[in-house]
Amino acid sequence: MVDLSYLAQQVINGLQLGFVYALIALGYTMVYGIIRLINFAHGDIFMIGAYVGFFSYSVLHWDFLPGILFSMVVCVIVAVIIERLAYKPLRNAPRIAALITAIGVSMFLEYFTSLKFVFGPNPRQFPRPFEVVTWQIGGINVNSIQLIILVVTLAMLALLQFVVYRTKMGMAMRGVSFDFDTAKLMGINVDVVVSFTFALGSALAGAGGILFAIAYPQVQPFMGIMPGLKAFVAAVLGGIGIIPGALLGALIMGQAEVLTAAFVSTTWKDAVAFAILIIVLMVKPTGLLGKRGTDKV
Amino acid sequence: MKHLKPVVLAVFALAVSALLVLSGCSSSAPTPAATSAPAATSAPAAGAAAAAPAAAGKAIAIKIGLSAPLSGEVKTFGESTKNAFDMAVDEATKAGKVNITAVVVDDKGDPTEGVNGATKLINQDKVQAIMGSVTSKVTIPVSEVAQANKVVMITSTSTNPKVTVDGKRKDFIFRACFIDPFQGTVMAKFAATTLKAKTAAVVYDISNDYTKGLSEFFRDAFEKGGGKVVQFDSYGAQDVDFSAILTKTASLNPDVLFIPDYYNKVNLLANQAREKGVKAPLLGGDGWDSPELDTKAVEGGYFSNHYSPEDTRPEVQDWVNKYKAKYNVVPDALATLGYDATNLLINAVVTAGSADSTKIRDAMAATKGFKAVTGSITFDQNGDPVKSAVVIQIKDGKQKFAEAVNP
Amino acid sequence: MRSRETTALGVAIVGAIIIEVLMKLGVINPYWELIIQYACILTIATLGLNMIYGFNGQFSLGHVAFYGLGAYASAIVTKAWTGDNPLGFLAAIIVGGLVAAIVGFLIGLPILRLGSDYLGIATLGFGYIVKVTFDNADAWIPMMGGSRGMTGIVKMTSWPWVAVAAILAVVIMRNVVYSSHGRAVLSVRENEIAASAMGIDIARYKTVAFVMGCFYAGIAGALYAHLYSFLHPSNFDFLKSVDMLLIVVLGGLGSMSGTIMAALGWTFLLEGLRVILPPEILDFRFVIYPLLLIIAMLLRPKGLFGGMEWSFLRAPKVEKRAHGVNTES
Repeated sequence: MVDLSYLAQQVINGLQLGFVYALIALGYTMVYGIIRLINFAHGDIFMIGAYVGFFSYSVLHWDFLPGILFSMVVCVIVAVIIERLAYKPLRNAPRIAALITAIGVSMFLEYFTSLKFVFGPNPRQFPRPFEVVTWQIGGINVNSIQLIILVVTLAMLALLQFVVYRTKMGMAMRGVSFDFDTAKLMGINVDVVVSFTFALGSALAGAGGILFAIAYPQVQPFMGIMPGLKAFVAAVLGGIGIIPGALLGALIMGQAEVLTAAFVSTTWKDAVAFAILIIVLMVKPTGLLGKRGTDKV
Repeated sequence: MKHLKPVVLAVFALAVSALLVLSGCSSSAPTPAATSAPAATSAPAAGAAAAAPAAAGKAIAIKIGLSAPLSGEVKTFGESTKNAFDMAVDEATKAGKVNITAVVVDDKGDPTEGVNGATKLINQDKVQAIMGSVTSKVTIPVSEVAQANKVVMITSTSTNPKVTVDGKRKDFIFRACFIDPFQGTVMAKFAATTLKAKTAAVVYDISNDYTKGLSEFFRDAFEKGGGKVVQFDSYGAQDVDFSAILTKTASLNPDVLFIPDYYNKVNLLANQAREKGVKAPLLGGDGWDSPELDTKAVEGGYFSNHYSPEDTRPEVQDWVNKYKAKYNVVPDALATLGYDATNLLINAVVTAGSADSTKIRDAMAATKGFKAVTGSITFDQNGDPVKSAVVIQIKDGKQKFAEAVNP
Repeated sequence: MRSRETTALGVAIVGAIIIEVLMKLGVINPYWELIIQYACILTIATLGLNMIYGFNGQFSLGHVAFYGLGAYASAIVTKAWTGDNPLGFLAAIIVGGLVAAIVGFLIGLPILRLGSDYLGIATLGFGYIVKVTFDNADAWIPMMGGSRGMTGIVKMTSWPWVAVAAILAVVIMRNVVYSSHGRAVLSVRENEIAASAMGIDIARYKTVAFVMGCFYAGIAGALYAHLYSFLHPSNFDFLKSVDMLLIVVLGGLGSMSGTIMAALGWTFLLEGLRVILPPEILDFRFVIYPLLLIIAMLLRPKGLFGGMEWSFLRAPKVEKRAHGVNTES
């Protein structure tokens, strides 16, 4: 009936998309888990990471690894500056104020980088720092960039789990996420913890930007909007604030999108992904892996 | 709830009224300093006054508005168009027959902004002609505003037939580019006749009028010629991953794959198509025409365009060289069409000998054989240009002329 | 007793009439005529969102979908049936509002019980689905045009229509907010558990507020469609929902005056920047406005009018009873 190798190829396509979303979703969910902020600017940090990579590879002619590390460093710096200038002053303000500010930062980054004397609005070809090799396994194509994304995403996941559950800073992060003020009373320097959280999340976003740009070799100032949105949906789907949930949600979104496009209709692929989200939320309101929070009265 | 300080209210009211006053809300005569952009004119004559027919030999003073997406997601198209517009205005003013005051409006590629901007151009800045916009979804409502106010308008790149004819002919509106029915049919015929294709796959952007239009007309013409369209799938405007669609294409193995989108999308699509094993030659429309096109990925492909770079006509070489000199980059299709559209407009002004919109409209409609960069242009009764298309092949990384198609 | 409100209403009506006269005289040229109407239409739509989020605390990121539903529904009515008949236009506006309200009711049933951020994402998803539907709509209703756009909508909206709609919108909202139903709506925002403990049907009032907000959006959409005569799905995407949310928050959550001022100020600011900026840096408009937004949030995180209202929109005075529970919140 259905050609098995065709199905398998589409599943692999879905996996690729899923892991790409996971790259971004991990940072999103971590920041939300600790500070309860939907960092709308996350997708734009991702964009900056990609542009820094563009600069490193095409102008400075660096190798893959130095480029990605440099990108992460730049993203960390940008994120910490944003956090200090725009988010920190609003820590005691209503949550929505920080959210609106995040939206403002996102817009600012997009429109500012599209100015002529910054990056300019033209989409640019992203130079791949290494040749992509394709292998044929039983009628299915798999290529090296897919494998790299897979490996890096799993490594990021492992790293995050390690940091959050096995380091002192991680313990501090969990404390802050549980109760901000009590954490302060316990002697945790919340400023450092928050900045560290942002830095870590943004470093991941920067790495994600470079890998994304290698997989889909084009950069433009608005490239972060859609991936950021889908990654956020994926994080919510899996249970926002739960790190493995981000991966799970992202993989589901990727499969939903690709399989819908391949077997149902391409026009509705995005709509189906969102519909799945709504249905899941109706059944499990805190996401697939989410824990039902207790309402303290 | 605290009682609102009257001070805050007063300050707000003051700010709003200041803004209104500043924008010359109450004045009916345009004051260029406050409202319009200083134009790139070298003529010492003062800014435009009301339309006045000029005696032969004296520069006609006219105000032309430009509506283009100078911010937002299609900003790159707007910038190309504005560059070309500025160049054409500059040249014409230097040549001395017209004295153009240009007013530029950013429509952000958004229909609401387009209407706001066009209404401003007509009622506040009192322009006598409009150039713009780039995408049909902005140009259509803007053309309604222009038509209602009897202001002549030309668009450089909007291909939706409804721009010039919607139920009935909007006689003040013209365009410089092909309309979708023509281009789509050109490629379908080329595929069937020259490439002898029996099956075709078509992939387009669901939210993009241009690609949708070209795809639908391609499909209709291809099927009318006896071919079969085996895939007709869409993607979203912000999609970068087309693996699902292209894997499907590879499995269907069509004779040709039609991707009539702009070069930025085509680059991604072409690369992924080859990665997924699509062997068919790729076909496209004039959106492919850009120095940024990834010629390696589309190698062997064909697209329809207005002229071939091998075209030895002096207009073409001249244009490419002077654009490159001023802006440091080879002009893309949008810039070229923008240049032609502006020049068509200016030519009509000079022919009419006046800045009166109705006279300009008549001169535009009567334009015959105007030597534009994109070919010799005559308007048909719908304000659409009658001009030939060429099919270009990408071979060995370069554009090569393949075939000429006459309307 | 109610002189404060009556005076304000009188002022509003007289003001509207003056503006109409100025427009007819040509003192206010068609450009500002357009902008003023658009600003008021946006005000109606954002008042709706203010009801949903400001007063009821439900974080909706898909508001513009209802605006779009009202726009398309009303446009279909006038295009297919009533043409340029004013009564037909009135019917079309009401149809627009009702369609938006009904869809709001249906989607609200399952998703309103989600907590705040999750509701935001669910409404965002719903908004996205609606936009994709608009893009493909021409497959079932060719008139709607899909991504080719819906053209030829008769231009029925004029200042009298908009002014009346806007004044009615404010008056009705004020009366609802200060009724017992409105107090119930507010209590849901303040503390769901406490409200529920007091016997308030949370689900019911969430739905009431949501449907009312969607109705407002639908009305505004209908007016919009017949002012710009052209509809395109890109007018109703996620970013427009964000714009509306920005207005509501900037104005101050739960403040009607704030929403009104923010909506008006927003429109005039964006147009004003268009007028002021020289053409070389027109694209700075969208760099300046997010910066202003960030600064505004940093300086006044509660919104410009957080917790404050103009005098005529304040709660009506009630005589204090013996064990005085002051009803002014």
